[in-house]
Amino acid sequence: MNGARFFASLRMTGSLVLAAPLIAQQPQGKAVYDKWCSGCHGETGAGDGFGARTMLPQPRDFTKGVYKIRTTASGEIPTDADIRHIVEVGMPGTAMPEWKSRLSDGEIGAVVQYIKSFSTFFKGTEAKPISVGSAPGGSGADEGRKTFEKLECFKCHGQGGRGDGKSAPTLKDDYGHPIRAADLTESWKCRGGNTVDQIYTRLRTGLDGTPMPSFTDAIEGKLITDEQLWRVAQYVRSLSPEKPPEAREVVRAARATTLPTSLDDNAWKETERFWVPLVGQIIDKPRWFAPTVDAVWVQALHDGRSLALKLSWDDPTRSPDPAWDEWLGRMSKAMTDVDGAVPTQQSADRIIIQWSKTPNDESERPYFLGGSARRPVYVWRWTSDPARVDEGTETGLGHFTPFSSSQVTQTARFADGQWQLLLTRPLASADTTNAPRFTTGRAIPMAFFAGDGSNGEDDVRGAVSTWYAVYLDVPTPARVFVAPLATIVLSAGLGMLLVTRAQRRERRADSPHREEQ
Amino acid sequence: MRRVMLCTVVAAGALWAVGCGGSKGSGNGSGASAQTGGAAGGAAATTASGPTGNATVSGVIHFTGTAPANPKIDMSQESACAAKHPTPPTEPQYVVANGKLGNVFVYVKSGLPADAKYSPPGAAVEIDQDGCLYRPRVFGVVVNQKILIKNDDPVLHNIKAVPKENRGFNISQPTAGMQTTRTFTTPEVMVPLECNVHGWMHAWVGVLPHPFFSTSGTDGSFSIKNLPAGTYTIEAWHEKLGTQTQAVTVGAGETKTADFTFSGPKA
Repeated sequence: MNGARFFASLRMTGSLVLAAPLIAQQPQGKAVYDKWCSGCHGETGAGDGFGARTMLPQPRDFTKGVYKIRTTASGEIPTDADIRHIVEVGMPGTAMPEWKSRLSDGEIGAVVQYIKSFSTFFKGTEAKPISVGSAPGGSGADEGRKTFEKLECFKCHGQGGRGDGKSAPTLKDDYGHPIRAADLTESWKCRGGNTVDQIYTRLRTGLDGTPMPSFTDAIEGKLITDEQLWRVAQYVRSLSPEKPPEAREVVRAARATTLPTSLDDNAWKETERFWVPLVGQIIDKPRWFAPTVDAVWVQALHDGRSLALKLSWDDPTRSPDPAWDEWLGRMSKAMTDVDGAVPTQQSADRIIIQWSKTPNDESERPYFLGGSARRPVYVWRWTSDPARVDEGTETGLGHFTPFSSSQVTQTARFADGQWQLLLTRPLASADTTNAPRFTTGRAIPMAFFAGDGSNGEDDVRGAVSTWYAVYLDVPTPARVFVAPLATIVLSAGLGMLLVTRAQRRERRADSPHREEQ
Repeated sequence: MRRVMLCTVVAAGALWAVGCGGSKGSGNGSGASAQTGGAAGGAAATTASGPTGNATVSGVIHFTGTAPANPKIDMSQESACAAKHPTPPTEPQYVVANGKLGNVFVYVKSGLPADAKYSPPGAAVEIDQDGCLYRPRVFGVVVNQKILIKNDDPVLHNIKAVPKENRGFNISQPTAGMQTTRTFTTPEVMVPLECNVHGWMHAWVGVLPHPFFSTSGTDGSFSIKNLPAGTYTIEAWHEKLGTQTQAVTVGAGETKTADFTFSGPKA
């Protein structure tokens, strides 16, 4: 406790040091910046470091003095505390990491001053944070939904909040790069944090440099009240889980008496969901640094005869969709010089599930990226247009040879910026050479690849996972139920027998004595 | 570093100019007026301080060649806006009629006395969001002159300014009847305005330290009035066709013609 207080006072001393004149701090700020920041943000702060060309969203161009995450009004410069906050915690969903664990308070303070020196807008201007009250009591999410409708937030963010609004395909940032309307159901990726307070502040300040406007004028113009805007923040927060999902390596396939045959079957409501995060495929060329799909939710059930997987993933587009041509045009422009031309034609959406061909061989899994010629993988390859699933073999990413026929069946649906897909296959495949048998009681390795055709993701461009596994519950043998019952009956019976015998013996022993009396 | 220093000096100079313009200007009661020409001219700067005169530079913007077709707008997602257009709307990038070009911003680029300072007119310039288009599309303001942004559509618009020399803004106007006022503090030709809900909505505002500007109307005509006698560089700006300049010397009470000719982009 005393130690903590000591460090807190040290930190306070640190912030006192920060108040020292700007010039004195810049040498250290420059040293920190050149070492840790310039790789992406560029030596002159123009956001053009060597790392920038593979990033979307791109690193901040500090020379413009335009910042997304602020506590100041639309168009204003941020406060020092605003910049410090982002340096400290990073920006979720982007390449910007947190620096609190690497840089000292003093170093962060110095680098904040140095970053400000890149733009003339900070000279002689004091940034003033807007005054933000506190969230009204109660949950208010229902009322928030109404105001969300009234303010037409859905125009960009979509009715379900998944960033699939009508205007979403045309959105661009100040540099002309394509920019996504935030997926409000994954608010753990909100750049400025996802507490109700943080969401409310973004609604008031807007995100400068992006299409997200400030709604302060809607309050000042008496279109809505401040409380109603708070309710919107509460509603938006309610669209995401309390805590960000955590990846678990093994997906459990519980045993069901009958397998669901539809996406809406009640059985899915009671089936555990597993979150499988995906990242851009940046190993095989052409690499892809800006994938749309960042995760797949997986549910699994089996009935001893077949395995059913229900997958769902957020994707604002049902590709191909002409409304997204403009988006793809911007995407091609933004990402083309990384690994050659990005397609100018949209393709279908894809999801590929890859399996180890020898799931029982636990010594070595095939290469996670599509296997290899030496150790191919067994693959289910689903496309949205036409909606179909192929079974086949892959000998490296993109080297796919389909089987002549597929035993995997598919049912797919796209709604409100989300795909849902049901895939089913018998546990024992007819093709015993190429398709593995799914056996119960084992973790069967599987991995995922997703591609959004409207985002230029064809060929090996897309998002990938590492190896995960599905574990098919072992059927409960009859003896599991019978044995305890038999034991109970037996022990009860034996006990009774013992008691009866003992009583009889006692009676026999007593009788002569009585007769004697 | 030297660049940063230089920029600072420039910015400080601009601030000084703005600040002084206000105080110095109040003494001038002549009420200079620089009219914009033509129907698409937008609101004129009505009063300003600083040296003015009675010279006029006017002219016509000619257009040769073939204007590319204006892009069609799919307004199906906004029936309230679509209903305001009797014919299928297009984005008016090229306003061409009878060989004349509208929506060209014409202004005095240089030639005013170095110490001339003009305070912003009291009246605001209006820009309206109407039928999911900006009206006017091209207009000018004096530094620090109010811009009144109005929404006449019962739909959500955001209006975003993307300047380089000024601070931008991005505000929402979720329904009809909303009004907001904004200003720009530094000269900049042109500041783009855009709506991100409706990607086809674009406007440009020229921010000048004086009131000598005009926007060509549908008949291609423009007129810059109340100029003091002098030799000026006049620049004409078009959103797609770039800029042209010419020097004009005008004496007191004179009207000089400065026609410009823009050619359609080569196929």
